[in-house]
Amino acid sequence: MLIRVTPEHPIRSSEITSEFDYENRRQFLKEAGLLGLGVAGMALLSKGAQGQGSTQQGTSINGAELKPELTPWEDVTSYNNFYEFGTSKDDPADNAKEFKARPWTVKVEGMVAKPATYALDDLLKPHKLEERIYRHRCVEAWSMVVPWLGFPMADFVKRMEPTSSAKYIEFTTLLDPKRMPGQRSAVLDWPYVEALRLDEAMNPLAFMTVGVYGKMLPNQNGAPIRHVVPWKYGFKGCKSIVSVKFTDKAPRTAWNVSNPGEYGFYGNVNPTVDHPRWSQAKERRIGEFRKRDTLMFNGYAQQVSSLYSGMDLRKFY
Amino acid sequence: MSNEVSGRAGGAGGAVEASAERDAGAPPETNVAPPPPKARHLKRAPGFKPPRWLPTLVFCVSLLPFLYVVGAIASDFFQGTRYLGSNPIKEAEHFTGKWALKFLALSLAVTPAVRLLRQGWLIRYRRTFGLFAFFYACTHLTVYAVLDVELTWSDMIEDVAKRLYITIGMTALVLLIPLAVTSTKGWIRRMGNKRWNALHRLVYVSAVLGLIHYWMSVKKDITEPALFGLAFALLLGWRAWRAWGPSSNQRDSTSA
Repeated sequence: MLIRVTPEHPIRSSEITSEFDYENRRQFLKEAGLLGLGVAGMALLSKGAQGQGSTQQGTSINGAELKPELTPWEDVTSYNNFYEFGTSKDDPADNAKEFKARPWTVKVEGMVAKPATYALDDLLKPHKLEERIYRHRCVEAWSMVVPWLGFPMADFVKRMEPTSSAKYIEFTTLLDPKRMPGQRSAVLDWPYVEALRLDEAMNPLAFMTVGVYGKMLPNQNGAPIRHVVPWKYGFKGCKSIVSVKFTDKAPRTAWNVSNPGEYGFYGNVNPTVDHPRWSQAKERRIGEFRKRDTLMFNGYAQQVSSLYSGMDLRKFY
Repeated sequence: MSNEVSGRAGGAGGAVEASAERDAGAPPETNVAPPPPKARHLKRAPGFKPPRWLPTLVFCVSLLPFLYVVGAIASDFFQGTRYLGSNPIKEAEHFTGKWALKFLALSLAVTPAVRLLRQGWLIRYRRTFGLFAFFYACTHLTVYAVLDVELTWSDMIEDVAKRLYITIGMTALVLLIPLAVTSTKGWIRRMGNKRWNALHRLVYVSAVLGLIHYWMSVKKDITEPALFGLAFALLLGWRAWRAWGPSSNQRDSTSA
């Protein structure tokens, strides 16, 4: 068994991230300029991202997304549900300012050929970072369009070589009430745990994310590493991941434990299955005045619906 | 509880629950307080005569949250400001709902304040605050109906019928309607104190329902609803204690 231990104070952590940060700076500034001008920049950016990803995210399902307009950086980084830093939307941006996401290790455990604890840099090194523009639909019926930076979860899973009995992948957020003040109150059963079926994790859309808008993830967005599953409600994404576990039993996920009647294991975006307290048929895109219709699987049905064929999505919500 | 309903509305303009304290000028039936002149003297608080413009000021200040939210939402959408954050409509919805509850609490606080501080002149603000509670509740409903569900009637009917917290919230608002309608001097006269006071006790029900509505709407962190709950518990508890507490009989016969 290979165990990689991080030195306690590694010199110059995050070579990779700082490099991409640097590398992307010019491009980012250029695109930020275009962002001011409008859609032209967006189209360019999204086209680039689509070229990189093998999938068709960002394209139109019913015409609604022909010109995906990115949600401004300011909204993406100030309107967050990240209860580890407080329960108001603006709490994370305020309370995560002092958070240090370095040094960072991610423990990979369970049914894998190579269980190990990776320093973040070692974890990222083999992967080529790419940008993905994804719709982000919160279970609270608001949505954003976010240019994430990261690498396919499938690549990560393959690299870890799960055993044939592994059926689920479980992610755990850092548990440290000293650094995450929200964990001092018991709003959720800490630490935050999220999980996917392994075949969901292998879907090309599932994304390990280390950046947004060409920069390193801000703390309030789940620094230094989180995952994004764009066809599911936002709560299915686990932030500030410290452990990844491969298992054969369905893990108990944070919101499901907290309120099983309202939050299921799957959390797939589904306009036809209401949240008990509100309809999921529509959503408010941040920055827009009128609501828009919510699309099945958040508009990614083509890529993911086969994962759920034959399942009663009313029951497995 | 009987003296709490004594007195006629007269100039004081009682609002949401009982009528005017300051009208103790009408002979109070049960008042056998030992030196009555002194009691009246204290109640009228001659040492403090509120300035004539105070009601206007209170009115204008009470209107400020409304002006703020209207200005902020317009500015956020048309000027790109961020007064209400990233989701201005949701924020406006919460903002107006919470102000409805705050004014309900304020109007419920007037009677205890009058009694405990012996400042009879305060009583007129019970109606002011009660009507503002109704006003903010209506604003809250308007934001919900127009901006949130965009006047999709089927959605609204579904919400009210299917979602308990909305049913409860709507009930809380509907209960305020008869109180707002009968808040005028004319209605107090027409109904008579007894019936008017009985009707206006509905505000207790409305306050509790409003609180439950808020509590149920919160996703997880119940700190804020709990604070409102504490305030309402104190305000209603004080009344219950006066009505049914150990010394309620004694007080009934000695104070007004």
